[in-house]
Amino acid sequence: MISGTWAALYIFMLAAFTGYEVISRVPVVLHTPLMSGSNFIHGIVLVGAMVVLGHAETTPELVIGFIGVLLAAANAAGGYAVTERMLEMFERKPKEG
Amino acid sequence: METFIQFVYFVTAFLFILGLKQMSHPATAKRGIVWAGYAMLAATIVTFAWPDMENYFLIILGILVGGGVAWVIAMKVAMTDMPQMVAVYNGMGGGAAGAIAAVELLRHSAGQGEMTIGLLVLALLGGLIGAVSFSGSMVAFAKLQGLVNSRAVTFPFQQPINMAVLALSLLFALLYLFGLQSTGVVLWFFLLALLFGVLMTIPIGGGDMPVVISLYNAFTGLAVGFEGFAIGNPAMIIAGTVVGAAGTLLTILMAKAMNRSLANVLFGAFGAVEQEGGEIKGSLKPMDPEDAASIMAFANKVIIVPGYGMAVAQAQQKVKELMEELEKRGVEVKFAIHPVAGRMPGHMNVLLAEAGIPYEKLYDLDEINPEFETADVALVIGANDVVNPAARREGSPLYGMPILDVDKAKQVFVLKRGRGKGFAGIENELFYADNTNMVYGDAADTLNKMVQALKNL
Repeated sequence: MISGTWAALYIFMLAAFTGYEVISRVPVVLHTPLMSGSNFIHGIVLVGAMVVLGHAETTPELVIGFIGVLLAAANAAGGYAVTERMLEMFERKPKEG
Repeated sequence: METFIQFVYFVTAFLFILGLKQMSHPATAKRGIVWAGYAMLAATIVTFAWPDMENYFLIILGILVGGGVAWVIAMKVAMTDMPQMVAVYNGMGGGAAGAIAAVELLRHSAGQGEMTIGLLVLALLGGLIGAVSFSGSMVAFAKLQGLVNSRAVTFPFQQPINMAVLALSLLFALLYLFGLQSTGVVLWFFLLALLFGVLMTIPIGGGDMPVVISLYNAFTGLAVGFEGFAIGNPAMIIAGTVVGAAGTLLTILMAKAMNRSLANVLFGAFGAVEQEGGEIKGSLKPMDPEDAASIMAFANKVIIVPGYGMAVAQAQQKVKELMEELEKRGVEVKFAIHPVAGRMPGHMNVLLAEAGIPYEKLYDLDEINPEFETADVALVIGANDVVNPAARREGSPLYGMPILDVDKAKQVFVLKRGRGKGFAGIENELFYADNTNMVYGDAADTLNKMVQALKNL
């Protein structure tokens, strides 16, 4: 069974292809919401920032770790709110038309 | 417990990809973001159970303050300001990835936590890309928000200086890798990376911002993916890499829509130089909104071309009223959406959708271009470069960019605030054409006058 570096490289390759394929079928209409949506998704950096702050010991580590959580939470929450507001308009539209 | 955390991360990664897929169709798009949202929530909650965690108070405080402020601002901000909101939140994600890298490097240099050389390289790369994305996105935000001049800023030896800053930052990364693992080295590495992000963004003009924001979105994704490898977090690896790849493709598509290579966008300093266009014949012919309205009232087909001017004037609601008044009179109304109209691809679609204009009436460049010949009126609302016929002429700085063929319509009305040039800084010969009339004024105000004129007709 493969492990370590090779497994990581395979994951990287497959995830990259997935991202490429998913977006290549998106109509132009949805480009802005999709950019916003993918912006939300990399907000998952929050879980990493939490773990890092959770293991921080010295003052510089605590300060930088806290900034990391702060920024990551803003990325996730703001990214979600912006995307949802955009997509809400698409959902409502057919009824009005 | 660790197995459970990994299981939730697995489901999260799955839901993210599924969510992105659903976001690729208007009917399921809303569901896509909601599912991804639940996944994010679940991943965040189970992370509290990660082994040997401390500082819970700080973690919760960070999430509540950062998330809370971002949420409130995102809910309040006007739809027209969405592009810069994406820029700012994206930059914060990049900053977070940089912060993770910084803490990991500090811990490592203090002799805690073993990292293989490969993981160190990834941590450094992710930190570099994240820091560049952070400072670059903040500059993009400041430009779009109007905090600084959105024009391209250039100075002598700009590219060599930029490259030198990047090279210095990489040099500090190498110093770190080869044993000089001090706090000072880490600090200089990040400061130079942040400086490079600023330097890289200032020579890019406001018109190219969509491409740049998309690029930084991909950067942040990649940085998150790399940091995911560095700290062994599979959810970050998958989500970050997927966004990195998707964002890169989107960036290339956008640059292509403007018929420019990515390198050209980044290093071209487009719009910095006032280009001398060819000889422009004809004159600008102003017209009252009321006269323009009465001509449209008796047209068979009107094609509306929205641009950034509509966004600035918040005129989308008035556009809808105009559409309704014209349709009452049996006029066929269609909308022509240029891929890079506004500040982001799809920017116009979002605004028109907000006003409640059915998306079946919105047409892409390729679909609508053959129809201009049969249109009686093309109504250009605050668009400029995307309708500039100079793009068809070799030698023009715009040459090769696909444009909307509005000049082929029998009559063209251009709604414009003043006589300024577009973001490319190039005179638009369309405005001087025989079949073009200029309707000066704020777009919302002009459209309002048109709607009133139609009602009184």
